[in-house]
Amino acid sequence: MTAASQAPARRHDHDRDAPASGPSAPPAAQPRPGPSRLTGLWPYLLVAPTLVGTAYLLLYPLIRSVVISFQHFRTGELIRGGAEFVGLENYLEVLGGAEFWAVVRRTLLWTAVNVTLIMVISTAVALMITRLGRGMRLAVMGGLVLTWATPALAATTVFQWLFQSRLGVVNRLLTGLGLESFQDYTWFADGTSTFVILVALVVWQSVPFAALTLYAALTTIPAELYEAARIDGATGRQVFASVTFPILRPLFGLITSLEVIWVFKCFTQIWAISRGGPGEATTTLPVYAFQVAQSLHKYDLGSAISTLTVLILVVLLITHLRRMLRHEGEQP
Amino acid sequence: MTVSPSGSPSGSPTGRLPRRLRRVPLNLAALAVLAVSLFPVYWMVLTAFTPTRDIQARTLSFWPAHPTLEHFATAVRADGFWTFCRNSLTVTAGAVLLALLVALLAAFAVARMRWRGRKAFILMVFVAQMAPWEALLVPMFIIARDTGMLDRLSMLTLIYFMTTLPFTIVTLRGFLAAIPADLEEAALIDGCGRTAAFRRVVLPLLAPGLMSTSLFGFITAWNEFAFANALIIKNQDDRTLPVWLSSFGNVFGTDWGATMAAATLFMLPVLLIFLILQRRVTSGLIAGAVKG
Repeated sequence: MTAASQAPARRHDHDRDAPASGPSAPPAAQPRPGPSRLTGLWPYLLVAPTLVGTAYLLLYPLIRSVVISFQHFRTGELIRGGAEFVGLENYLEVLGGAEFWAVVRRTLLWTAVNVTLIMVISTAVALMITRLGRGMRLAVMGGLVLTWATPALAATTVFQWLFQSRLGVVNRLLTGLGLESFQDYTWFADGTSTFVILVALVVWQSVPFAALTLYAALTTIPAELYEAARIDGATGRQVFASVTFPILRPLFGLITSLEVIWVFKCFTQIWAISRGGPGEATTTLPVYAFQVAQSLHKYDLGSAISTLTVLILVVLLITHLRRMLRHEGEQP
Repeated sequence: MTVSPSGSPSGSPTGRLPRRLRRVPLNLAALAVLAVSLFPVYWMVLTAFTPTRDIQARTLSFWPAHPTLEHFATAVRADGFWTFCRNSLTVTAGAVLLALLVALLAAFAVARMRWRGRKAFILMVFVAQMAPWEALLVPMFIIARDTGMLDRLSMLTLIYFMTTLPFTIVTLRGFLAAIPADLEEAALIDGCGRTAAFRRVVLPLLAPGLMSTSLFGFITAWNEFAFANALIIKNQDDRTLPVWLSSFGNVFGTDWGATMAAATLFMLPVLLIFLILQRRVTSGLIAGAVKG
């Protein structure tokens, strides 16, 4: 870090000297090519560690994975090596099966339901926090922070306990409310209810980050803008549509795409709760790839599914990527 | 919603009352959000302190009637608990610090400098967040095996560093971009060097950003399960807490009290760090707001 700031510092010293010594002073002009050439190199030196890390720990394994997806790679090849290339065989096998397409549809549904709920609830909660009194605001933010701080595996374990059939608090409360059909109801035996519980878990875990980030951004909007809108007689909804949302649009875009990525790739919670079951009710793409690779030892097919997963995610996010890049280009 | 005219003519003498009344639904909603966020965690901690006979009783209790530490004793006395704790802390702290350092350099280059390939770099970082980590288990296993890094905590540290790096860069860059470059330039004019300007002006303003990104990195690394499970095979003493936690089913069976106690203990370090850092994050935000 110290090295990183040295060259700009030197350039600055030079800048500061220049007006003092005047245009006639030759030493001021002399070092100019040196520092500017260094400045030209600095950004590359600064990103070098990132590039090296990404190349070795992400790109290389990813290439290995893609290579495996074109090979016959089962347990024998994993131990002995010497895998043979089989062309598109793995992809044809994956894409030819009806199961894969069912998993893709389920993953898209899973992502759409979760991300919609997360964004709507987070926006509502963030707007709510801005209107709360100091004490209540701190309490709600504290609650959100606590939820956010709950590690995924702990939260997953807790949700299993909440919905436990015989002793779980949810069934006991529902029974207490007179809904006798929930006596010893086994939530995790049914595909739909397992799916619903997983959605509840993921939304519960994801709202705090989105809501707190949105709230932080909301506080940066100048009050004058709201006052102006108020004087113009705008309703709350109109203020949101014409002031809040346009200003926060880039942040909404960023948070939505982050949530899409996280929800789409979500693995730990699903695996810990249902392993993709019951049946295939909660088998999303990452779970499917893991099942095929680890449980069936078909590493080649698993790699093919992973490659397709990445491609689908890229297609889903391509509009946002394009807009982001255009935005980058606009910056001075 | 609050935009509706507050100084309506009718309410001038008793103007406070309607406003307070109007706040009732808002505060009820806030209480609902609070309850939903807190209840699962409350229930976890409550169960951890409830004796087994009370857990299995037919009547529900929302208050610790007979608090006990038996479940914590069961969890802590379980094989290797402290070793796994230490492993998890080492790996997580190492990964977070490494990611912060590397990301700070990259974020500075992206937010403050113009260079060829910058757009491509940003795109790469964004795409890296989509990395299908679970899918890289097999190649990672092969790489670790071929470089003698299998069963090594340092391999896990490196992987967690890489899993948190893209997000750390994106967020730090956002925080850096939010700090006006004018501030640095003003410091430069006031006679600071670039290093001093960065350390004295940018770094304090960036502190909340560094804190919140490290929090995220900490949670991600502390939680990670798939790689810890797949890459630590022979040396069982090098396992991490999530792997141990996920084997509760085998360790404690249907002992929900012990399971919740273990989950509570697993959550504790994250919570502590959160509490310590959160104060700085908020104080940083407030300081930023006061300075305008």
